[in-house]
This record gives sequence, structure tokens and C-alpha cells, in this order.
Amino acid sequence: MEELSLNVLDVAQNGITAGATLMRISVDADSGEDTLVIEIKDNGCGMSPEQVSSVEDPFFTTRTTRPVGLGVPLFKMAAEQSGGRFEIVSEQGAGTVVRAEFGLSHIDRMPLGDINSTICTLVTFNPDVNFVYEYKADGEGFTLDTREFRAILQGIPLDSPEVLAYIREYLEENTKEVGLVI
Amino acid sequence: MKTLEELQAIRDKMQTQVGLRQDGEAKTRVVVGMATCGIAAGARPVLNTFADLVQKKGLTNVLVTQTGCIGLCQYEPIVEITVPGQEKVTYVKMDADKASEVVEQHLKRGVIIGKYTINAEDVAK
Repeated sequence: MEELSLNVLDVAQNGITAGATLMRISVDADSGEDTLVIEIKDNGCGMSPEQVSSVEDPFFTTRTTRPVGLGVPLFKMAAEQSGGRFEIVSEQGAGTVVRAEFGLSHIDRMPLGDINSTICTLVTFNPDVNFVYEYKADGEGFTLDTREFRAILQGIPLDSPEVLAYIREYLEENTKEVGLVI
Repeated sequence: MKTLEELQAIRDKMQTQVGLRQDGEAKTRVVVGMATCGIAAGARPVLNTFADLVQKKGLTNVLVTQTGCIGLCQYEPIVEITVPGQEKVTYVKMDADKASEVVEQHLKRGVIIGKYTINAEDVAK
């Protein structure tokens, strides 16, 4: 992985596979504290305590096509190599929270990368899932809530081209207005 | 600042068009592998390129979708294209440029780009 936004896409896909209908993704940078916190929270089926303890192990996976599961270990490694922390809290039947904290100015912190593409990809290809995306840097920021969009759209699908173009512009313009580049 | 009023305007414009949209019964499927292996190898721009171009070129008979790990991680990004009534074609080691070429040749003209398929890759070994 070359950018954190790809880790976000990967980990969010796990939540969708776990049957999530609501996914909250937040990116919060604080240059005073020198931290970047990325949180991915879903209301999917959750994991048992045994699964949580083994999910950080690259040789654990629930899939059958190959014997390794690298998504979570790679994200964890990215956090820890920047002097940060990584944590997963999960409850069966309630959902999972993946929280990664990075050293914002650490030389080994991967760039956030094209997070807007990640959010657009998630919204485009998972029309049945709602997303709440929060982007914040030094107190400034914005939120994209697809539930709010759906309420306005009154039945027009979120994945129709005109709406997707609007979502991309919404993300790009609002990200640009936040001063700090992560 | 992008406002929600603009979204309302889109809704108002589209509400008059909704009835005109229709789904064809037999669709060509473009499936992009989006597991960790695919994403790390660059599947996100491939998926987005297919979605964008299919839209821009008005290929209403094409459905772009995603899947998990296909099991050939070393060949990612992998794209499988199934045209109804034809054998599935598997493109490997894709990128955004190859994806736009595939849209132009395979999806629009029905010409398979042999050099990007898994078979060509095997023969080259």
C-alpha cells in the first residue's frame, strides 16, 4: 500500500462484507498534537474476541481463496511505523471499530493520498450502504452523510451519474477549503 | 463550499427523467478484484476508470462491479469481462490506461485485447 486512503478502502470493504448498513469513516489531523487519527466504524456482524485477537495476524483470514489476510496487519504496521497506535474494538452483532493513530509529521508516515477517490469508490459500488465521512484538520472540516443526501434525493439513486459527479465535487471542493494538507 | 442546494437542483432536474431509464435484460459485466491484493496493486483507479468511461461513453448495457480476491494475487489488478453468450475474458496487471483501452476496444467494439489477458501472460513466461 502506498497511501493510507487505500488501507481505508480495504478495511472498509471488510465491514461491508460483514453486512454493514452504516459505515462511519473519519480522518482527523491535529498539528498541535502531531497526530492523524483514522477511524472506520461499521455496524456489521462484528467479531468474536478470538477473531479480534487473531485478525492482526497476517496468517489469519476468513477467506478461502488464499491463506493470508494482509489488510489489517498492513494498516497496523503503517500506524506503528509512524510512532502511532492501532486498535480494534468489536462486538458480535453490533459492529467493529478500527482506529489507527499516526504521527502526523513522522517521516515514516504514509501520505493520506486520494481519500476522496476511496470515498467515491465506496459510495459508488455499495449503493445499499450508508456512509458518514468526516474530514477534519486543526478543527476545520466537513462531513458527508449519504443519509442526508438520500433524504434530499427522494428516491433518485445515489449511484446515478449526476449524483456521483456532485459527490466527487462536494468532496474535492470541501477538502480544498480545509487549510492543512494531510 | 459545495452546498446541498445544488443537490436539490440535481434532484429536481432528474425527477423528470427517471421514468426514461431502463435496464437492459442482458448486460455485459465488468468485474474488478478489490481485495487487499487488488487494492495494493492499483485496482482503485482501474475500477474508477471503468465506471467513469462506461458512464461518459453512454454504454448502458455495461455493468461495472467489484469482487473480492479471485485467487491470483500476483496478477492483480484483475478485471473479468463477461459478454452474454461469450466466454469470460480475464485481463491481468491492469492500470487506468489499459482500462480505457479495454473500454474502447472490448466494450465498444467487441475486440478482445489479447496482450492484456491472462493467456498471453502465461505464454510470455
